[in-house]
Amino acid sequence: MIDLSLSKRLNAPGGEMLLQLELQIDKGQLVGLYGKSGAGKTSLLRLLAGLTQADEGRIVVDGKVWLDKQKRIDLPPQKRNIGFVFQDYALFPNMTVAENLHFARSKGQSDQIIKEIIDVMELGDLQNKSPQSLSGGQQQRVALARALVQRPQILLLDEPLSALDPDLRYKLQQYILNVHRQFQLTTILISHDVAEMLRLADRCVVLDEGKIVQQAPPMVIFGSQHPGEQFSLTGEIIGIHQVGSDLYLSVLCGTAVLKVQSPHGPTAKWKIGDQIQLSATAFQATIHKSGS
Amino acid sequence: MTPIVLTLQLAAITTLLLLLISVPLAYWLAYTKWKFKPIVETLVSMPLVLPPTVLGFYLLLAFSPSNGFGQWLDQYLGLQLVFSFEGLVVASIIYSLPFMVHPIQSGFTRLSPSLREAAYMLGKSKWTTLRKVLLPNIKPSLLTGIVLAFAHTIGEFGVVLMIGGNREGETRVASIAIYDEVESLNYQAAHQYSLVLMAIAFSILLLVYLTNGGHFKALWK
Repeated sequence: MIDLSLSKRLNAPGGEMLLQLELQIDKGQLVGLYGKSGAGKTSLLRLLAGLTQADEGRIVVDGKVWLDKQKRIDLPPQKRNIGFVFQDYALFPNMTVAENLHFARSKGQSDQIIKEIIDVMELGDLQNKSPQSLSGGQQQRVALARALVQRPQILLLDEPLSALDPDLRYKLQQYILNVHRQFQLTTILISHDVAEMLRLADRCVVLDEGKIVQQAPPMVIFGSQHPGEQFSLTGEIIGIHQVGSDLYLSVLCGTAVLKVQSPHGPTAKWKIGDQIQLSATAFQATIHKSGS
Repeated sequence: MTPIVLTLQLAAITTLLLLLISVPLAYWLAYTKWKFKPIVETLVSMPLVLPPTVLGFYLLLAFSPSNGFGQWLDQYLGLQLVFSFEGLVVASIIYSLPFMVHPIQSGFTRLSPSLREAAYMLGKSKWTTLRKVLLPNIKPSLLTGIVLAFAHTIGEFGVVLMIGGNREGETRVASIAIYDEVESLNYQAAHQYSLVLMAIAFSILLLVYLTNGGHFKALWK
């Protein structure tokens, strides 16, 4: 169990910001951190890892004090037993994939764990390659594998999948779920992607301006806000067409464009760029499997 | 050819010692948040703008046995740094310091900070991280530093003249020898020294451009 209460003054792009966080995370949970950029998500991970110094506060993990500013206890990052996957992966360019993994071993640790991880992450074919020659998704897998070599209790992932295309994202989410369960980790993951949150996180923590503003299961946070609605989408108006006395809107939802008839007719005051919510209370969905 | 050999010896010893001094110094400069860091950076860069004779003049005064520091060196370390080869080494180290420190420092700062942090998260000490992660990834910067310091030491004149004088086989390096030969109108000898220096300078710089341009990358790995 992680129990932290921290404060830190940050020089954010929009001026100084006070990061003030109180958070408890149960062992084995997968927590998603959600929020605008600059809300303090990465700083939270870095404070927990010991890469950034807190101004005030305490971190206790499984009854062990990692940080206590008042008692001047501060475990260095090396002693915190955390697996950290950086946004830029931070693979060592001077080493091959296998060397990256071997470098990660602690003193006297056997090779067995590396074999196991190479299996789980399906890295067998990549072992002798240099990190620069790998695709983004492959680098991501190697970074995740490397973070697991020392059998950490806690895994921190800083927007691990943001640079990947949707197919690859889906695969890697599966890897993350697998290792999270198999290695019995407590995992904290930063993501901007609602689908990713819904799929992976047991609990979602929403940050805004350095404060935690909401924590709940992702279904509660991202699910429908008005009871009775069965279907709801948010999107942006990108086109308005009038046909006879009817008004049609083109609405961009994610990467799809939907064409809908405006219920208010030509008198409606829509304009291009409006953020709108589409919802329907009773409808019959037709569902096809896409792709293959 | 004694002056040429002496020059190469001086440059080699200076470069080696400079490397040992500059790696920790550049590492510290690259990562420290100490507020007086600009003062240290200024001191390191001084030889870039200062006339070599000024540096030589003050070193001459400092090392002179009639001075407190010079006396102390002589008494406790048995070192006479004025008009001696050892003195030239010390002066050359100070004179070429920025040429070694700057490339290495910028090599460190150009590396993504996450490389260092990733090594720390894997439980590696700062020392292991420096040896296994940072230095291997700034090889081109190290090479540039080594070559620039070596070449710059070969080319020095003012400092050597001030602190070394012109002692055959001890402080009479190539640049001094050329000056000496020209003064006594012995152009033949001056030509010989000059051509050798030209050839050395050209080969060294060519090697750097070939290597850092990727032509020899396979060899340097």
